[in-house]
Amino acid sequence: MRTLAKYLRDYKKESILAPFFKFLEVVFDLLVPIVIAQIIDVGIACNDHGYIVQRFFILILMAAAGLAVSITAQFFAAKASVGFAAKVRQAVFDHIQKLSYTELDTLGTDTLITRLTDDVNQVQNGVNMGLRLLLRSPFIVLGSMVMAFTINVRCALIFVVAIPVLFLVVFVIMFLSIPLFKKVQGRLDTVTRLTRENLTGVRVIRAFCREEDAVSEFDQSNLALTKLNEFVGKISALLNPATYVLINIATVILIQTAGIQVNLGNMQQGEVVALYNYMAQMIVELIKLASLIITLNKSMACADRVAGILKVNSTMNYPENTSAVSKVQDNCAVAFDHVTFSYKETGAPSLSDITFSAKKGSTIGIIGGTGSGKSTLVDLIARFYDANEGTVTLDGQNVKDYSRKELREKIGVVPQKAALFQGTIRDNLSWGREDATDAEMWEALTTAQAREIVEKKDGQLNFRLEQNGRNLSGGQRQRLTIARALVKKPEILILDDSASALDFATDAALRKSLHQLGGNTTTFLVSQRAASIRQADLILVLDDGQLAGKGTHQELVNSCETYREIFFSQFPEERIKYEKTTGKEVLA
Amino acid sequence: MSKKDITSKNSMATFLKVLRFIGKYRFLLVLSIILAAVTVILQLYVPVLFGYAIDEVAATHEVNFSRMWFYLSRILVMIVLSGAATWVMSIINNRMTYRTVQDIRAKSIRHIQKLPLSYLDGHSTGDIISRVIADTDILSDGMLLGFTQLFSGVITIIGTLIFMFSKNVWITLMVIVLTPVSFFVAKFISSHSFQMFRAQSDARGRQTALIEEMIGNQKVVQAFGYENRSSERFAAINEELRDSSQKAVFYSSLTNPSTRCVNNIIYAGVALAGAFLIPGGHLTVGGLSVLLAYANQYMKPFNDISSVITELQNALACATRIFDLLEEQPESTDPAGTLNDVKGAVDIRNVSFRYEEDKPLIENFNLHTEPGRRIAIVGPTGCGKTTFINLLMRFYDVNGGSISVDGKPITEVSRHAIRSSYGMVLQDTWIKQGTVRDNICIGKPNASDEEVIKASKMSHSWEFIRRLPKGLDTVLYEDSLSQGQKQLLCITRVMLCLPPMLILDEATSSIDTRTEMLIQEAFDRMMQGRTSFIVAHRLSTIRNADEIIVMKDGSIIEQGSHDELMARGGFYNDLYNSQFVRVAE
Repeated sequence: MRTLAKYLRDYKKESILAPFFKFLEVVFDLLVPIVIAQIIDVGIACNDHGYIVQRFFILILMAAAGLAVSITAQFFAAKASVGFAAKVRQAVFDHIQKLSYTELDTLGTDTLITRLTDDVNQVQNGVNMGLRLLLRSPFIVLGSMVMAFTINVRCALIFVVAIPVLFLVVFVIMFLSIPLFKKVQGRLDTVTRLTRENLTGVRVIRAFCREEDAVSEFDQSNLALTKLNEFVGKISALLNPATYVLINIATVILIQTAGIQVNLGNMQQGEVVALYNYMAQMIVELIKLASLIITLNKSMACADRVAGILKVNSTMNYPENTSAVSKVQDNCAVAFDHVTFSYKETGAPSLSDITFSAKKGSTIGIIGGTGSGKSTLVDLIARFYDANEGTVTLDGQNVKDYSRKELREKIGVVPQKAALFQGTIRDNLSWGREDATDAEMWEALTTAQAREIVEKKDGQLNFRLEQNGRNLSGGQRQRLTIARALVKKPEILILDDSASALDFATDAALRKSLHQLGGNTTTFLVSQRAASIRQADLILVLDDGQLAGKGTHQELVNSCETYREIFFSQFPEERIKYEKTTGKEVLA
Repeated sequence: MSKKDITSKNSMATFLKVLRFIGKYRFLLVLSIILAAVTVILQLYVPVLFGYAIDEVAATHEVNFSRMWFYLSRILVMIVLSGAATWVMSIINNRMTYRTVQDIRAKSIRHIQKLPLSYLDGHSTGDIISRVIADTDILSDGMLLGFTQLFSGVITIIGTLIFMFSKNVWITLMVIVLTPVSFFVAKFISSHSFQMFRAQSDARGRQTALIEEMIGNQKVVQAFGYENRSSERFAAINEELRDSSQKAVFYSSLTNPSTRCVNNIIYAGVALAGAFLIPGGHLTVGGLSVLLAYANQYMKPFNDISSVITELQNALACATRIFDLLEEQPESTDPAGTLNDVKGAVDIRNVSFRYEEDKPLIENFNLHTEPGRRIAIVGPTGCGKTTFINLLMRFYDVNGGSISVDGKPITEVSRHAIRSSYGMVLQDTWIKQGTVRDNICIGKPNASDEEVIKASKMSHSWEFIRRLPKGLDTVLYEDSLSQGQKQLLCITRVMLCLPPMLILDEATSSIDTRTEMLIQEAFDRMMQGRTSFIVAHRLSTIRNADEIIVMKDGSIIEQGSHDELMARGGFYNDLYNSQFVRVAE
């Protein structure tokens, strides 16, 4: 909560004025019973019509003034709460931009989106209600007591006793039921999940004849939910009758005491009516306060969650400026030296003891099964994660010594998931480089085999993509993401299985044009297709995080069992040839 | 009959069905209504008694203590009664609503087990879930609570009016005439703030879209160093949202102060009129205090009733959706026949099938297999391969012809008998939330750990299970595993119980070739000696099959062994060569 409080500081004035004007409104509300008492005790007792009419207009004036101050209060409350929420949202958004992949993995996209949307909205609601009402109810309750003292001290003492007792009852009931409500939600989630499982798994459940098990599992959680609901219901249903009975008992005692006081001549009948009204007013406010506290409690929980995001710090530090780019002009673009890496909170390492070096301008193919660590390896090149052991060097310098900006400029990544964004094709390509010219974009599109796609669209570079680029096919999206990386003209280009949706002919054409890029671009090709990486200068074969082999295609066919398995499973006719020439049998 | 009549007739019918549903709680319902009436009357009467008591506190030395005590002691009895009645009523209402919800959900889940797959396939999961969960909640809240609230609201209004009229006719009339003003004020404000809410939700929608894009693809954002630009874009939209939100929040928050102001004016009016009437003896001071108290409360039941009516309409709409689900025709009744010691001879004769009335899909389908044969089914997308599986498992019933296993038509044996004869692995993997063991043991709930481990070793899933934090006891969630791992787990399931026949849908899309090879090996091991139907994608599977069925547009166009079909030079030949070319580039 304190983490977020600082964002309210800019609205200090509003946050003070809102409750202040609310307080003024309460004052008017509290004066009403006094005026009514005067009408009874002075106006009616003396049958003074002029006095009564005068008091009537005072009541009307007070109503008008009450309206004015409360509108003012609402205005400040709206301004402060909405402004506060906007600031929090921006802060959280900016903070997420700074997190590293490790934190993004831990927190998860869905969580982050919920925090930014629903949770912040709840917090805004809470602040708004809090500013408006949190003080109103205590003002009225305490104010009633103070007013009672101005009328009659003995009667006022009843308020002094009644208020704490009522507070106690309301809060005990609430604090008993709030955690239970959370539990109820948890059980409802289970029932929902089981319903979903019954629908999504219907074929499996029926194929294995497990309908009855599914029903009885559902019945169990259904019953558990009902039982808990009834239990919570019993407790929370006490709130209304308990407060009702208590306040009326207090009123009975009040009238009795007032009777004695009136009989003694210490107060008048109209004042009894006023005290009675104060009692009645109090109970309404107490109930409101109770429900307000439930709302506030919810938004506090949301605020904690939001603050939780802000408290997560990036585990990755970048140096501000590269410490004088060492001009170690070795011919090596990327080198891994005994690199081991495991994701946070997982046991087995995803990469263990990887060593290789890639020459400038060469093409490196990376192949291996699902979960063998291919993507992890290329993520380490771009320093999306830090190696646990060993070092990754770019141009002879440790990746950790590059500034964030330099690193991003050096490396162009085409991620596995072809993510494009709402906006024109030009907008999307300019992600690579903000100031890229149209000519440069077309050049990149040509290399990425995407020129034709764009040429066929209305408005070409101005063609608008929908969210996630869903008005394009998978293959089209992939080619545009490749072009996006190429616009950058990176020294190191990483294609993380990003040609999987392309047909073989396009894939081949793409590889050819990438090859022709030549110059100093070092290309990393992650693929599951042996055909795609066959021509690479260096092939890394990964198996379960281990480097099972490295070398050219021919070397690996001769020496690497894993590579042979992959290759021959995709080229059966090659296996026959191989078996004939070597006389060895290969597992398939 | 006009459209409106039909709708009202429908909602009447729905209402009756709901009543039938809560029929077993009718005693509770009646009790709840009686208690509601009791509490309302008691609670309305208490201020009147306070008024009498205050009247006894007239002036110095004029206080009639015995009469005051008489009223106060009555009040004490009444509030205790009313408090107790309120609590009991709440408990009864809770019990009715929660039990009705439980009943409806239990009935729904049982019904879902019996619904034909055609219904479940044709309706989105989210839609059915919201019927079972959300709609049920709204129905019970709206129907049962709405009903009692409506009832007590009406009693409150009638009671209030009677008590007020008994105090003073003119003041009561004045209150009745003036109260609608606050309705109009509230209405005026809400209709004017509507525009601002629209602007707000519009801005919020655009912001959410941006959030989903940027945060959803945060890794790409960072990989391209787009962080600053994305923050700037967010800031612009955030500013817009702040602006429109502030207006919407402010204008909508005017309702309360405004109606309160109107009420205060009415209050002042009552005080004024009362003050003029009391000296004439038309009203007592206590009576005035009662009227003032009522004037404040009078509005509340109207607001309650209007919101209850909206809730009731809403509840009826939800009830219609729930009954639509519950009244959906279940599968035909299950015959009692059993299959013993299945050999695996499957005979398909003249089968025709269609998902939609006027679109025949499968026609004149004939196939006979001897036990232990390996049948590969190939063909282009949409040719009816999946439908074929649906028919074998009797997920769908044929429209014409018959399917027999070991000479028994499958419509003459129970669905369980036919389904437990098959081991099925679908491309579309399904993992339920639970431990790895729970997931594997679906087909054999009391399997020992040794059996489970043996099955998972045979299906190559042990390699990854072993590495999970708690091994077999690791709780799996929807996305704990990769697609390939899920596939292996599904194979392990079948490996554990190994029924006499197999249906395998080869998955190729999401699995790398090496894992696929492992899966293939696992498949091969399972298929030994079992009649197997494989929707085949891999060349080796196709080639090794005893019989290949080439499907196109719902019928078998070619059938035979690989060599036979290749020699024929027909569709299969083309298909095979095209795949071959594709793989070899």
